[in-house]
Amino acid sequence: MTATAIRETTTAPAVPVSRVYRFELRKLLSQWRVRLLLLACWIAPGLFVAGVSQQSTLPSDTLFGRWMHATGWAGPLVILGFAGTWALPLLTSVVAGDVFAAEDRLGTWRHLLVAVRSPRRIFAAKALASLTVVLLLVAGLAVSGTVGGLTAVGDQPLVGLDGHLLAPGDAAARVLLAWTAALAPTLALAAIGLLGSVALGRSPTGLLLPPLLALAMSVAQMLPLPVAVRLALPGNAYVTWNGLFTGPAQLAPLLVGIAVSLVWTALATMLAHLLFLRRDFTNLAYDGAGRRAFTAGLLPLAGLLALSVAVIAVAVPADGIRQAKVQRSLATAFAHLYRMQTGQLHRPAVTEDQLRASAACTKSDGQAAQEGPGNDWRCVVTWHLPGTAVAGTAIYQLDVGSDGRYVADGDGPKEVNGYFLVRTETGDAPNPLWQFDGNVDLLDTTSKG
Amino acid sequence: MDTRHAVRARGISKGFGDVVALDGVDLDVTQGQIHGLVGPNGAGKTTLLGLLLGLAVADGGSLEILGAPVGREFAAPDAVAGFVDGPGLYPSLTARQNLAALARLRGGRQRTADIDDVLDEVGLTAVADERARGFSLGMRQRLGLAAALLTRPRLLVLDEPANGLDPAGKRHVHGVLDRLAADGTAVVVSSHRMDDLEALCSEVTLLATGRVVFSGPLGKLATDSRALDYRLRTSDPEAARRLADGTDGVRIVDAEAAVRQDAGLVVVRARVPALDELVARLVTSGIAVRELAPVVSPLEAAFLELTASREADG
Repeated sequence: MTATAIRETTTAPAVPVSRVYRFELRKLLSQWRVRLLLLACWIAPGLFVAGVSQQSTLPSDTLFGRWMHATGWAGPLVILGFAGTWALPLLTSVVAGDVFAAEDRLGTWRHLLVAVRSPRRIFAAKALASLTVVLLLVAGLAVSGTVGGLTAVGDQPLVGLDGHLLAPGDAAARVLLAWTAALAPTLALAAIGLLGSVALGRSPTGLLLPPLLALAMSVAQMLPLPVAVRLALPGNAYVTWNGLFTGPAQLAPLLVGIAVSLVWTALATMLAHLLFLRRDFTNLAYDGAGRRAFTAGLLPLAGLLALSVAVIAVAVPADGIRQAKVQRSLATAFAHLYRMQTGQLHRPAVTEDQLRASAACTKSDGQAAQEGPGNDWRCVVTWHLPGTAVAGTAIYQLDVGSDGRYVADGDGPKEVNGYFLVRTETGDAPNPLWQFDGNVDLLDTTSKG
Repeated sequence: MDTRHAVRARGISKGFGDVVALDGVDLDVTQGQIHGLVGPNGAGKTTLLGLLLGLAVADGGSLEILGAPVGREFAAPDAVAGFVDGPGLYPSLTARQNLAALARLRGGRQRTADIDDVLDEVGLTAVADERARGFSLGMRQRLGLAAALLTRPRLLVLDEPANGLDPAGKRHVHGVLDRLAADGTAVVVSSHRMDDLEALCSEVTLLATGRVVFSGPLGKLATDSRALDYRLRTSDPEAARRLADGTDGVRIVDAEAAVRQDAGLVVVRARVPALDELVARLVTSGIAVRELAPVVSPLEAAFLELTASREADG
C-alpha cells in the first residue's frame, strides 16, 4: 500500500454540516416534549383566540385584546403579547437551552464527536437545528392565532394604536411584520439558551437562563428606567412592535430593538461557540465550565449591555414620556376613534381635520413634574364639529406605562365616553371612546422635523 | 510512514491545567493485535483512549494512527471507532434506529443489511426494534460495539467493553473482537478486568500516573515481574517442599496455612527462571507435577503492585 493510499483511507473529511443538521433535527423532533410543543403552538393559539373571541369578556389589559370581537387580526397580536412575555422565552429554553445539555445528560458527546470529527460542525448543526425548531414554533403561534381569529371573527379592519383604521390587507402586513420583528429578541434568547446549555452542562440553570432573563427584562420594562437602558435590553422588540400600529409608524424604537437583539444573538452565539471549542471532551467529570462560564459568558454580555446603553444614549435622542407627547397622542387617537363612533351612530360624517381635536393633560393635578409614567395623568380632550360653535370636551384618566403604552379611560360626559356600549341600528356595539389603548413614542420626536 | 502499526505514539504528553494526565507515553499497536491498557484510576487510560479517538489533541509528542500523523487539529482519523465512558446511545431511538442514524451521519455508506449484520454479530437481533431506553448495561455495551462495527473500523478503541456482560455475553463479545483482530483490525481495550485482558490481549501497556511502566507481550510481563506466588501440587508434597526449600530463588510462602487448608499444596514465591529450575529438579527426582499456576496472574500482580505503590505514595 502506498503512502498516498493510506492517507486517503485514514484522513477522511469531517461530516458535512448539512448531514449533521439533519441528524440533529431528527433527534430534536424525536423528543416527545418537542413534538408536544409543536402541536401546542400550532393548535392552542387558534383555539384560544377563537374561544376568547366568542366570550363577552375580552382580555382588554392585553394590547389589542379589546378588539378581539371586532376583527380576526387582533387575535395574533394578543398571542404575540402573551408570547413575548412568557411563551417564547420558555420555548427557546426548552429547545435551544437544552440542545447541548441533552448530550451531557445522555453521555453521547464522545459518540457524536467520533462520528462527526468536527466540534465546529456539531455546534453549527445544533444551532441551526434548534433555530429551525424555534422558527417552527414561532410560525405555529402566528399562523394558528391568525387562523383562529379570522375563522372566528373574520377579516375586518383593525383599529390601530392611535385609533386609525387599518384595512384588512394593511393589518395583515403589519401583523406579519410584528411577528417578524419578534423573531429578533427570540433569536437573542435562543442564543443565550445555547450559551447556557454549553456553559452550564447538565445544570438546570442553563435551561432556565432564557426565562430568567425574560423575567428580568419584563420587570425592567415596568421600572422607570432611562430610555437608553430600556432600548438596550435584548427583549425590547417584544414591546416596540407596538409602534407598527400607529400612523406614522414609530419605527425608530423598533429598529433599535431589533439591532440590539441581533447583536446579542451574535455575541452570545460566538461565546457559546468559543466555550464549546475549548471544552475537554475526555474529562468524564465535566459538568459545565464553572468559573469560565461567568468570565467568558456573563461578563461579555454585561459589557455589551453597558456599551449598548452608552451608544444609544449618545446616538438616539430620547426624551421619554412628556406632557406634550401625551397630549398629542391622546388627541390623535381620540379624533380617529370619534370618527369611528360617528360612523357607528350614523351621525353626519366628519374628518379628523374638521374635529381639530386637542388635549390638555396634567399629572398629579399639576403638583408633580409633568412627565413620566403613572396612572395619575388626567386629560381634557376638546374637539369641534362643523357648524357648531361650542367645542365638545371629554375627560380621560390615563394610566401611562414606563414603555410608553397607555390606557385612556373615559370619565365623561356619558354621551361620549361614559358607557361601555353604544346603541347602533344593528344592536349594541362596543363604544370605541369608552376605553382605548395608545402609545407615546419614547424617542425625541421633535428632532424629526 | 509505518504501515504495520495501527498506533504509533512517541513521547505523548497531555495536561489539564495543573494536572498531568499523560507524560511521555510511547505506545505501539500493530494491525491485527488486541492491545490492553491497564492502570489504576487516574493513570491516564481514558485520556489516551480519547487521543486515539480524536476527542482531544496531545500537548506534545507525535502520534500516528493507521499510518497518518495526527496533527494539532482536533480530528479523529477515519476508520477509527469505539467508545470511552460507555457507548453513546439515544434512548428514544430503537437499536436499529440508533445504528441507522449513525450510518446516515457517516454518509450512508452502510446499507440496512449492514445494520442487520452488525446487530446479529453482537447478538441483538431479537431486540433490534426496542428502544435503547430499556436496555440493560450489557445490551448497551453490545449496541455500542455494533455502532463501532458499523463503520468497519481498522482501529477499534474500547473502554471496558465487557462491563455489565454476563459470562455468555462476555464470551460472545470476545469472539467478535477475536474475529476482528484475525481480519486485521487493531483493537485497543481498556479494562480493570484482568481476566478479560488476559483472555483477549496479546500485548498490554501498564500506565501509572500518566507514565508507561510496562509495555509488551503478557509473557514478557511474567518474565519481567518480581517474584510471583505459585500454587504447586505434586505427587509428593513433602519432597516437593524440601526441594523448593533447597532451590535458589525459591521461597515457600505461608506453608503452614497452605498445609492447613490443603495438605497436598505448596505455595512458592519465585521468578520464572528459579521456578523452571524447581520444576526440573522435581522431574529429575521423579516427583509428578500435577498443578503449577500463579496465585494471581502476572498482569494482576503488576496491577496490584501499581495500586499498592500508589496507596503507599498517597
